Amino acid sequence: MSKFKKKKNGEQPAINTASLPDIVFMLLFFFMVATVMRDNTLMVDNKLPAADQVQKLDKKDRVIYIYAGKPSARYESKYGDQARIQLNDKFSVVSDVGAYVLAERATKREELQNVLTTALKVDGETNMGLISDIKQELRKVNALKINYTTRIGDYTQNR
Amino acid sequence: MARKSPEVNAGSMADIAFLLLIFFLVTTTIETDSGINRKLPPMEDVVDPPIIKQKNIFTVVVNKNNMILVEEKVMAISEIRKAAVKFLDNGGGVGKEACDYCKGEKDRSSSDNPDKAIISLKNDRETDYKVYISVQNELVAAYNDLRDREFLSLYPNERMSFVEADKKYTDPRTSERVKASLKPKLSLVKDMYPQKLSEAEPNKNN
Repeated sequence: MSKFKKKKNGEQPAINTASLPDIVFMLLFFFMVATVMRDNTLMVDNKLPAADQVQKLDKKDRVIYIYAGKPSARYESKYGDQARIQLNDKFSVVSDVGAYVLAERATKREELQNVLTTALKVDGETNMGLISDIKQELRKVNALKINYTTRIGDYTQNR
Repeated sequence: MARKSPEVNAGSMADIAFLLLIFFLVTTTIETDSGINRKLPPMEDVVDPPIIKQKNIFTVVVNKNNMILVEEKVMAISEIRKAAVKFLDNGGGVGKEACDYCKGEKDRSSSDNPDKAIISLKNDRETDYKVYISVQNELVAAYNDLRDREFLSLYPNERMSFVEADKKYTDPRTSERVKASLKPKLSLVKDMYPQKLSEAEPNKNN
């Protein structure tokens, strides 16, 4: 009758970890779906100023980004420490902005071409002269909707 | 042959999945951009610019030392909001230009009504961007304060301020029915205090 005798080895059975991969895969898929890869590598310092009277920016496919600021430490020796404009992945001068906006506009779907916003992601330390030049260029190509992209915070943080 | 093939060891599956998971965790940026929306004036010159009375213009100048001049007086950033609200809400006009919802001082030497009142923001080429944004922020805040006040007094049943209502209106999750009911209310309040904020081109002579 030893056939029905329970084995007595005193130890607790190990926890079954077979479903662990499933759980991890679930998390993985969540992050894969939620991930937005940065499409531009920033080559300029980009500490945005803070503001609290902000509105959310449109969907990503309706926005053209223009970055500006001092070149980051890595590029400082090559490009100097004066604030510059970054379009896509390279430093540019003010006169390139118009052509860039037109080229970007042409890549968007036709029904979106009239509702595009230009987001200016500019470092807080930049002089307004550069921004005014960008604004003039944008007016020339009739890209009139702009957004000064900011961090959300009180204006007293801007010092 | 009933020989069993050996089972593949799936013990390292979790490790692989963890590795991928950590990669995506690190690269994830769940970012939502927000900022101050502005509309630039079109390039073509206005042939016959309308004449605007000096009393209807509220001049804010930020100079190259980041000092702020409001109507020719030095002012700290913290005071701008109040000064702008006072100017916009003045309602000094009479007759056709009177403003029946303004709660200001009705000073004849300040703006006639919110529709006429224009805020002109000037900056120097050497002004810091962050100071400029702070000033813009405060000026927008002045408009929002007034719109909030009117929205709350006109539509107390909504139980939210103008800014909240506007946010709700632009939120894609809001149902069409709610949007349709909010739209006329929002545009009415917007028209009571239209945002007339002009950004002049900077002075070039220095």
